[in-house]
Amino acid sequence: MSRQRDKAPEGQPLLDVQNLRIEATIYEPGEPPRDAVIVDDVSFSLPRGKVLGLIGESGAGKSTIGLAALAYGRGGIRLTGGAIRLNGRDIRAARPGELRRLRGEEVTYVAQSAAAAFNPARRLMDQVTEATLVHGLMSEREAKARAVELFRVLKLPDPESFGRRYPHQVSGGQLQRAMTAMALCPKPDLVIFDEPTTALDVTTQIDVLAAIKNAIAETGVAALYITHDLAVVAQVSDDIMVLRHGKMVEYGPVQQIIEAPREEYTRALVSVRQIDHVEAPPSPEPLMVLQGITARYGSMTSDVLSDVSVDLHAGQTLALVGESGSGKSTVARVITGLLPPRAGTVRFEGRDLTPALKNRPREDLRQIQMIYQMADVAMNPRQTVRTIIGRPLEFYFGLRGRKRDQRVQELLDAIELGKGFADRYPAELSGGQKQRVCIARALAADPKLIICDEVTSALDPLVADGILKLLLDLQKREQVAYLFITHDIATVRAIADSIAVMYQGRVQRYGTKTQVLSPPFDDYTDLLLSSVPEMKLGWLEHVLATRKMESAGN
Amino acid sequence: MKGMPISAALGLFVTALFFLAAIFAPWIAPYSPTQIVGDLWEPSSREHWLGTDNLGRDLLTRMIYGGRTTIFVASAATLLSFTLGAILGFTAAVYGGWVDQVMSRANDLVMSIPTLIFALVVLSVMPVTIPILILVIGLLDSTRVFRLSRAVAVDINVMDYVEAARLRGEGQAWVIFREILPNALSPLVAELGLRFIFAILFISTLSFLGLGVQPPLADWGGIVRDNREGIVWGIPAALIPAFAIVTLSISVNLVADWMLNRTTSLKGGRGV
Repeated sequence: MSRQRDKAPEGQPLLDVQNLRIEATIYEPGEPPRDAVIVDDVSFSLPRGKVLGLIGESGAGKSTIGLAALAYGRGGIRLTGGAIRLNGRDIRAARPGELRRLRGEEVTYVAQSAAAAFNPARRLMDQVTEATLVHGLMSEREAKARAVELFRVLKLPDPESFGRRYPHQVSGGQLQRAMTAMALCPKPDLVIFDEPTTALDVTTQIDVLAAIKNAIAETGVAALYITHDLAVVAQVSDDIMVLRHGKMVEYGPVQQIIEAPREEYTRALVSVRQIDHVEAPPSPEPLMVLQGITARYGSMTSDVLSDVSVDLHAGQTLALVGESGSGKSTVARVITGLLPPRAGTVRFEGRDLTPALKNRPREDLRQIQMIYQMADVAMNPRQTVRTIIGRPLEFYFGLRGRKRDQRVQELLDAIELGKGFADRYPAELSGGQKQRVCIARALAADPKLIICDEVTSALDPLVADGILKLLLDLQKREQVAYLFITHDIATVRAIADSIAVMYQGRVQRYGTKTQVLSPPFDDYTDLLLSSVPEMKLGWLEHVLATRKMESAGN
Repeated sequence: MKGMPISAALGLFVTALFFLAAIFAPWIAPYSPTQIVGDLWEPSSREHWLGTDNLGRDLLTRMIYGGRTTIFVASAATLLSFTLGAILGFTAAVYGGWVDQVMSRANDLVMSIPTLIFALVVLSVMPVTIPILILVIGLLDSTRVFRLSRAVAVDINVMDYVEAARLRGEGQAWVIFREILPNALSPLVAELGLRFIFAILFISTLSFLGLGVQPPLADWGGIVRDNREGIVWGIPAALIPAFAIVTLSISVNLVADWMLNRTTSLKGGRGV
């Protein structure tokens, strides 16, 4: 068995971080290099066998703190102050040899993207047991037996032979669990989970989450769980630390953070997505009618969409919901004419739209605008905001010069950006501001319909919330209809009037929001709805006990 | 121009010097380029800074006038190759499908014949005049630019902002010149510095072989040819054009690198 480890004396925490300060040197072109403080004065302690959740927006320093527990600074980051005591000794000042022994033996790491973290050329078993064998903790036979045992605990299919597969032969959710097995195999004292479920579909996330929670309980390991989703972290943690701009906002037991947050910022995080939107009744004359749309890409032999029929009413929102690969975005491509359907028609304002984009009259193009998921790549980085928003005005309405600039400013006001933005380039905007400019560009065409393709899924929860409120507000003022494509049920609840649930290219369930979200459910809708993490203690166990079907990724 | 690194400033200074000398040659050069002013292969002296050439003409004068021809031909050829290559490359990328196939394969066909051989064959049947030289060098070089532009544009063409422009109903001209060109500028500028130097070497090579600029017009390749026999006698006249070409190459590329830095900035070159 393993050699004797220095254990912390009884009663002392396993990991004790005091006044941690982390800095990095920032090199910006045209400026002398300067030091920036990334994490400032963060203290916490983690007893053996407990789970601490680190939560915050992107850039809050969560991952940096997580990696500090390995005494590791990514990309030139330096741990410049404070103490990180693991098992009773300060590892911040430890020598490289000692760190090598520590990493992979006492502390292990689970990365966000398992697909990128596994070596595609080697079998899973070799990679899962690698750290254990390198550190000489067990014989090869023991290590393999432990890996199989962990595969079983993590509910991976066929645990005996699972390790013989290559990374590309298993699903994303399974790979993430294999990575958890890799982290737990050397019997570490502490595991760092860095957003392990963020890249997964909701329906898969719940299984991985349950597996991780179960594995933590069975092995008695301590963990740091990093995520931006408070509802997720509430399911697995004992304590939660809320971070913002590298500083600690609030630190306390889960129950207190969720049910009685003290700080304003934490309250905002907890109350996210509680937008009240009363659904409007369908009008007798829909704005757009999709009838029996069937479509496939290029040389594919099966249809991506089969027989999709939905209606969209003027000034209302239709949400298309489903997991990745369900055909949601393909519907948008059919409507815009990027992918002419094999069968079926798109009726808009009582007339048929031409199937292909290039034959469409300019007036039809103007009426249907689109907002993309990644605002970064949806705007030409070489154009200023004035050009980006002004071009549709020029193109559709022939506005030029002062008149155009005036209208650009009106649109900037409408998206709550105000003065001083017109001459900026996209690289000079934050993520939320970029998405707002994209909204303004769509509005500039004065359309009847805007297709929103996952417009909030790349944004932090609070920023996303602001965008949703803006969209609702604009809808009220401009009477524009939205086709809202998303995998996030919470978003749907916040803004939809009617919902179409998509599964494997078909509309599984369709109706007004109340109809779709009220029982009785079909199995898939039940799975989808119940998989959305709720900010409630014990939600995970409740769902696993009551749901009707297992997710496809399992 | 503020905050320009020393290397770029030096490059810009030397490049400007070469171009100014070329433009104002008749006013700068101390003698006439065809006038025989001394003995053959005189060493450098106060009257003849670089000495005289194989016929006793002033070498400095020949270098200045030679630079004029060489730099003019190379600039015009580079301009032609970039305009043609970039526009055709972008067009192939934007249209795709069989348009792309036809254009790319035709381009491959031209590229499969070694450039120098191709040029020699063409020039041996055509009258060797300056416009023809520019045309031949420009067209042959544009095949390289075509490949680069097409490759760059294919990547840009699939970005969401290009799709957004298409959904707006924009024509191909807008897509090519307003969406793709500004984003393809960085690699093209880097290539421009290199291509200009290749054009200078190319025209010099042709002249050296006697199929380029025809005497009595001076050009750098011609000066090397005229004076090559002097090397045996330890006379450095033939090396001076080589030195000029090296200096100009380095300077032009220092400037190109600096421009590359500026065009890579996504904040309009405003820094920060």
